[in-house]
Amino acid sequence: MKLVAVTSCPTGIAHTYMAAESIEQAAKAAGHSITVETQGAAGAEPIPADVIAAADAVIFAADVEVRDHERFAGKPLVTAPVKRAINDGPALIAEAVQAAENRPAASAAAVAAAEPAATQPASAAGPGQAGLTTKVDQGAGLGTRLRQWLMTGVSYMIPFVAAGGILIAISFIIGGPQVATKVFGGTFHGHTYPAAVTGIESFTIAPVLHAAGIAGVLFLIGKVAFFMLVPVLAGFIAFAMADRMGLVPGFVAGLVATATGAGFLGGLIGGLLAGAIVMALKRLKVPRAFAGIMPVVVIPLVSTAVTGVIMFVAVGRPVAAATTGLTNWLHGLSGTNAAVLGLLLGAMMAFDLGGPVNKVAYTFALASLASGDTTIMAAVMAAGMTPPIACALASVVRKQLFSPAERTAGEAAWLLGLSFITEGAIPFAAGDPLRVIPSLMAGSAVTGALSMAFGATSLAPHGGIWVIGLIGKPGLWTAAIAAGIGVSAACLIALKSLRHTAPATSAVSLPGTTRVPVGA
Amino acid sequence: MTTPIITPDFVDLRLEAASRQAATRRLAQLLVGQGRVTDLDGFLADVTAREQQMPTGIEGGIGIPHARSAFVTEPTLAFARSTAGVDFGAADGPAHLIFLIAAPEGGGSQHMTILAALARRLVHASFREALATAPDAQTVVDIVSKEVVGP
Repeated sequence: MKLVAVTSCPTGIAHTYMAAESIEQAAKAAGHSITVETQGAAGAEPIPADVIAAADAVIFAADVEVRDHERFAGKPLVTAPVKRAINDGPALIAEAVQAAENRPAASAAAVAAAEPAATQPASAAGPGQAGLTTKVDQGAGLGTRLRQWLMTGVSYMIPFVAAGGILIAISFIIGGPQVATKVFGGTFHGHTYPAAVTGIESFTIAPVLHAAGIAGVLFLIGKVAFFMLVPVLAGFIAFAMADRMGLVPGFVAGLVATATGAGFLGGLIGGLLAGAIVMALKRLKVPRAFAGIMPVVVIPLVSTAVTGVIMFVAVGRPVAAATTGLTNWLHGLSGTNAAVLGLLLGAMMAFDLGGPVNKVAYTFALASLASGDTTIMAAVMAAGMTPPIACALASVVRKQLFSPAERTAGEAAWLLGLSFITEGAIPFAAGDPLRVIPSLMAGSAVTGALSMAFGATSLAPHGGIWVIGLIGKPGLWTAAIAAGIGVSAACLIALKSLRHTAPATSAVSLPGTTRVPVGA
Repeated sequence: MTTPIITPDFVDLRLEAASRQAATRRLAQLLVGQGRVTDLDGFLADVTAREQQMPTGIEGGIGIPHARSAFVTEPTLAFARSTAGVDFGAADGPAHLIFLIAAPEGGGSQHMTILAALARRLVHASFREALATAPDAQTVVDIVSKEVVGP
């Protein structure tokens, strides 16, 4: 029997090679031929594509993500922690042989039919080159895998955040912060502008150019990139869980989350939901006649329909209800202590970073601005600026607590935060929501409360640091922002450090891949 | 090779250590003594970080603490034998043969290839047996040099 295997471990200098040797010895003893790719520090020599094609089964003995695992799509696969390969190579070989033999003869034709579709993008990219990759390592504990799923989504989302956010910031810088109002219409510092476009779903460029010039066009392009943010997040979370078949329901779930205003938290839920549904559908045993069309038609169709309906009913409706409820509650609060109101609004701004709760707070500020109360807008804007900057700061101060992808996102987050583009913090929040969101809320609450207590005012509805000329008491307002950044960054570092020491005590969990390992 | 990966200075055939931390520290001190490791605590922190991801003990009484670290100057192997055994988290009990592998952070792949070859030898019972019964440090060095680096 012909086998291929990949071994890899966190450091890539010991277990990777021990596992390779152990598997090779065991295969030789059992009379099988095997080619092992060691993805270690000495550099991996990729298994030639024709060897993979001829293989009867694949073994992944890996504690970290196998690079370019798409190459092996469709082959019977056995995965094991790297240590198992070292300790018991013969058992692993036996499992691989069994997996090859168990490949149901009945569905072999179906698998063969499905294979070209499944492997096409990988082969189109050329042998040895990755198609889309995930950060998922099979066989890890649920907590670890959950984080890997989220991080896969985040890593694909980051370029959208960076590109869109920076375009928007540039448009503010070259066109003045009223660009946004000129494009979408509204009132900015006493001027009322007609809307040049109705929304990003359908628009023509001429009115935008006319109203806001090239800055307006850049702004609009940035907004379009931002529109993709939640769908890409959800789509690639589902992809990490269920491979290509997860993409369709994942993207649709993300679009529904965007359309219903559920924000990135809705997208997270949608992506996980879509992935879980596809994973469940893949396990179904179906009649032979059906097997061929399962991956191409049935699973995408069923999973998309089910995910979409659940998203509309279980996410869309509660979000709408919560939005109304929160808005009424906020309006009922008018007359409360200003600092307390600032505290609440600040926390709301950071809760979902552009999602429904954030929108309620921002809309409340807009309404207040329209009725002449300029302090609330100053507080809300300040509280919306701290999250990205705090994330960027924390990722610089304690590099090792953040993945390389997060650190890249941090580089763009400075500018996004300064420009009051709160979404800049989403890559951090989506990858580790339970630690990041409370940290960001704490800092933004402090900022909101301080800004209100100081009596800072803002005549502009957006623009961040670029509208500092329209801020009353700019020095104190900036101090409020700095205080919130300090609080959030400190919380982030504290909470993430706690987690990093945790794996030592819970020795059962498999590889404590809290960091996404690189090149190990 | 201008710098051998192991010399008799890096061998301790009568290691007494209560814990894997103590065992690793003892071996790392040997490396510091010969300038292979520039900062003992920094290097140990890197080894500990790796060890926490997953214990490095494997069945057959072997412990392989290791790290790629900025505090390592040359790829180096230190070897210890412990009669009492030191727990390295393997399922079948304490480790009697302990290999500390130190690799420089940005080590070239030629260096890594030597360490890879060493790791591969560790799987072989004959290699382990020879090291378990070697009478002195020089014999250990000879075995490793012959098997890994080539005669």
